[in-house]
Amino acid sequence: MRRWLSQHRAALALSVRRLLAAPFNTLLSLLAIGIALTLPAFGYVVLDNLRELGRSASGVQEISVFMEVGAARKDIAEIESRLQTLSGIRFTFVPRDEALKRLQKSEEMAEIVASLPRNPLPDAFIVEPADASPEALDVLRQELASWPKVAHAQLDSAWVKRFDAFLRLGKLTVLMLAGLFGAGLVAVTFNTIRLQVLAQAAEIEVARMIGATDSFIRRPFHYFGALQGVLGGLVASGLVFAALHLLAGPVGELAALYGGSFVLHAPGVREIAALCAAGGILGWLGAQLSVSLSLRRFD
Amino acid sequence: MIVANSLTKRYPGGFEALSGVSFQIGAGEMVLITGHSGAGKTTLVKLIASIERPTSGSLVVNGQNLSALRRSAIPYVRRHFGMIFQDQKLLFDRSALDNVMLPLQIVGLPHREAVRRAQAALDKVGLLAREKANPIALSGGEQQRLAIARAVVNRPTVLLADEPTANLDSASAQDIRTLFADFHRVGVTIVVATHDQSWIQHCQGNALRLDHGRVV
Repeated sequence: MRRWLSQHRAALALSVRRLLAAPFNTLLSLLAIGIALTLPAFGYVVLDNLRELGRSASGVQEISVFMEVGAARKDIAEIESRLQTLSGIRFTFVPRDEALKRLQKSEEMAEIVASLPRNPLPDAFIVEPADASPEALDVLRQELASWPKVAHAQLDSAWVKRFDAFLRLGKLTVLMLAGLFGAGLVAVTFNTIRLQVLAQAAEIEVARMIGATDSFIRRPFHYFGALQGVLGGLVASGLVFAALHLLAGPVGELAALYGGSFVLHAPGVREIAALCAAGGILGWLGAQLSVSLSLRRFD
Repeated sequence: MIVANSLTKRYPGGFEALSGVSFQIGAGEMVLITGHSGAGKTTLVKLIASIERPTSGSLVVNGQNLSALRRSAIPYVRRHFGMIFQDQKLLFDRSALDNVMLPLQIVGLPHREAVRRAQAALDKVGLLAREKANPIALSGGEQQRLAIARAVVNRPTVLLADEPTANLDSASAQDIRTLFADFHRVGVTIVVATHDQSWIQHCQGNALRLDHGRVV
């Protein structure tokens, strides 16, 4: 175990020395890897913010449950007690008189409402479910509509579905970008390691002759690739933070024009760690491919 | 210790470097492989070191049949040998000490212990004072002594050398021969491919003479 650790420590130290030995090349490689990781990472952050925006948009998650016009007080109490048994929802009761008052406050509707002989509006419940997925909302809407004395349960599902479809499309695009640029990262590492293997040819040849195993020879290259990927992930995180910082002002101004406020959320420690880990894994993969192909010439 | 039986090595293209070579070298013996250029000396050393594989025949070292070795087992077999090459194969991107430490790093010896043993090996060949020097700054004889330090640092059971005194002046060659004699005295099995006449004359009883790939 001590020997195994000693070998890994030596390989890690060697890979750090190789990174530092050519600072300009290292910087360029890190920039290339960082930019390759930035685009999908930035796409992910934008989608995350949009998802958050969708969640906070008023009305998106609401189901309006309209009672029959002739529903009695006990029917309303029955629906209220049923709603109380449902988990993961919040609801408010809107009596028909209050609904009429709200309508009267509307300038366009005031005249029409005043001309009505009686209140045509039903009592209603506004239900806000925690699970905002279109499927869950639809299932809940159907359940609510089936309850006694409920005339209609209304959900603005078209909006929700369109928004969800847009997010899914965005997610797919980000995944495709991640695949594409991930392959780019593997290619950059592959080429860097190939050049390193060529530069270290003498050492590899001697080491093999005096008893080095393939894993001993590969280990510093693996560490190099993984280290380069992790550092590239940090560069990408920095670029994403910089982009969000630049966009924060204009996005805030845009939100203010619509009478709201919106703050872009930056990636957290978990997201940064995941980005670095992804960079590290892809770097390791590039190194593994490169070193496997390059070492064949020494057989 | 080393037993070869009908050992044949044929290279792609049909050239037969060794043809049915058989011999036996006991533990602690020192054997010189001699012969003219192209006789098969280097090929035989490479076969013993598992750098190349025989086309046919068997080669048993320390009870292990090298002809039947799996590829993954070869590095572990090579660790039992100390290899010295005619062109030394030193690494010029690091110090003399780092060159000698390489075999110890391969077996995963902790750094401090590796430094201690590498310094002892350098001391043995008279190069401790030059431990920080880059091999390129060393003379031909010193480079060969450095290669010997690297070969013996792992305390091998067999020391294999291919023309270790070629390209050296007579004084340096004598230093190298003396070092080999010292290692032989402490029981290391030594196999040297050489056409160094003064060495051959000195070790007449323990020479394996090759001619066109056959033992004569």
